[in-house]
Amino acid sequence: MTWMQYLAPLLKGAQVTVMISLASIFFGAILAFAAGIARTSSNRVLSGIAFVYVVLFRGTPLLVQLFWFYYALPLIGISFDPVTTGITVLSLLTGAFGAEVVRGALLAVPPAQLEAARALNFSKSYTLWHVSMPQAIIEMMPAFGNLAIQNLKDTALVSLISIADLTFQAQSLRNITLDSATVYTLTLVGYFMIALCLMFVMRFIEMKLRRGPAFPRSAHS
Amino acid sequence: MMYGYTWDTSTPLTFALSILPILGIGLLVTLKAAAVGYAIALVLGLVLALLCRSKSRLISWTVTGFTEFVRDTPLLVQLFFLYYVLPEFGIVLPAFMTGALALGLQYSAYTSEVYRGGIGAIPRGQWEAATALNLTRLQVYRDIVVPQMIPRIVPALGNYLISMLKETPVLSVVTVLDMLGLANMIGERTFEYLVPLSMVGLIFLPMTFICSALVYMIERALPKSGIPLR
Repeated sequence: MTWMQYLAPLLKGAQVTVMISLASIFFGAILAFAAGIARTSSNRVLSGIAFVYVVLFRGTPLLVQLFWFYYALPLIGISFDPVTTGITVLSLLTGAFGAEVVRGALLAVPPAQLEAARALNFSKSYTLWHVSMPQAIIEMMPAFGNLAIQNLKDTALVSLISIADLTFQAQSLRNITLDSATVYTLTLVGYFMIALCLMFVMRFIEMKLRRGPAFPRSAHS
Repeated sequence: MMYGYTWDTSTPLTFALSILPILGIGLLVTLKAAAVGYAIALVLGLVLALLCRSKSRLISWTVTGFTEFVRDTPLLVQLFFLYYVLPEFGIVLPAFMTGALALGLQYSAYTSEVYRGGIGAIPRGQWEAATALNLTRLQVYRDIVVPQMIPRIVPALGNYLISMLKETPVLSVVTVLDMLGLANMIGERTFEYLVPLSMVGLIFLPMTFICSALVYMIERALPKSGIPLR
């Protein structure tokens, strides 16, 4: 086999990697906003739950979480297929890290604006979504970009719970061909190219957000 | 039985307590891997950061490209690369050293960025003043750059130590018997994964928590204006 023939299986794996990465970035972002907003909420129960979630997932290694969900949970009767497990765990991890980003950005909004919003008799949710969030979301973007790359790198670990992603395909190719140097170099280059695309997309979103109105139209009228 | 310790699977609690000494042995391996990896990352990162400031475009661009590449590719694949490719070049390292090397390599890309940021944050006027005073390169770094850099870089470096600690379980994939490796082994023998894996998570939690608290305390304790080396 020449290195050209390695490309077909590796590309198949890359598709799985991209799919898992995008899915877990998407669900992770939702979790990040939910937990981040809950952390800044004045409701003790909500912020407490979000705090425990963030501490649990930030404080333990991803591989332990992955094995825990894959090997340990089925023993108490909860089991998913590997892809669902992988996406769930990665989303939970990304969400926990993202929650701190969301919280930090929301807290960085100048307090005078919140006081002004209160003086104008805006409701709490209106203040959050129409005053704080439009400014905070731009501040979050660089950190979210780093998290997206981190998420992509973390997807390599799902190969260990038998998902046929890029790393998994590389492992099987190596076991057949024993041509470690070529296979792993191609794999690393593959991850690097996906990372570059991801970075480009995140920069694009950031640029769009920066160019867009800092406040939604409804606030102007 | 493992390392001369037997376990008692009668109840989850006795099981958890009986495997604790075994996991303790794994914990030592985890800590050692993180320590060796971190030492490599600190030194290699500094070398990369200094090379990046080289006047030669060729060197600085190669180094920038290398750090960017290492930073954007997964630790697991780098680990496999080192584990399988190094022996082809006649470099046969024990699995533990290969793992520590992979950790160190990945994090050297991060630390080099931290060092670069630290050096870059020194105002231009200070470099010019140093030139005007005819200070040697050694004097500039020893008396001006490094003392101001330390309080700026220590928090970031500390946070990378914590992340590295959390990535050490990946080493279990290449047969290093760290905490996770041992927990998996106990799981394979007893068909009881829930307790060993939960224990590993429960040991990591206070560890990362204490480390974060330490980093925060060090950050607070460091004088913002800098630490004189002499």
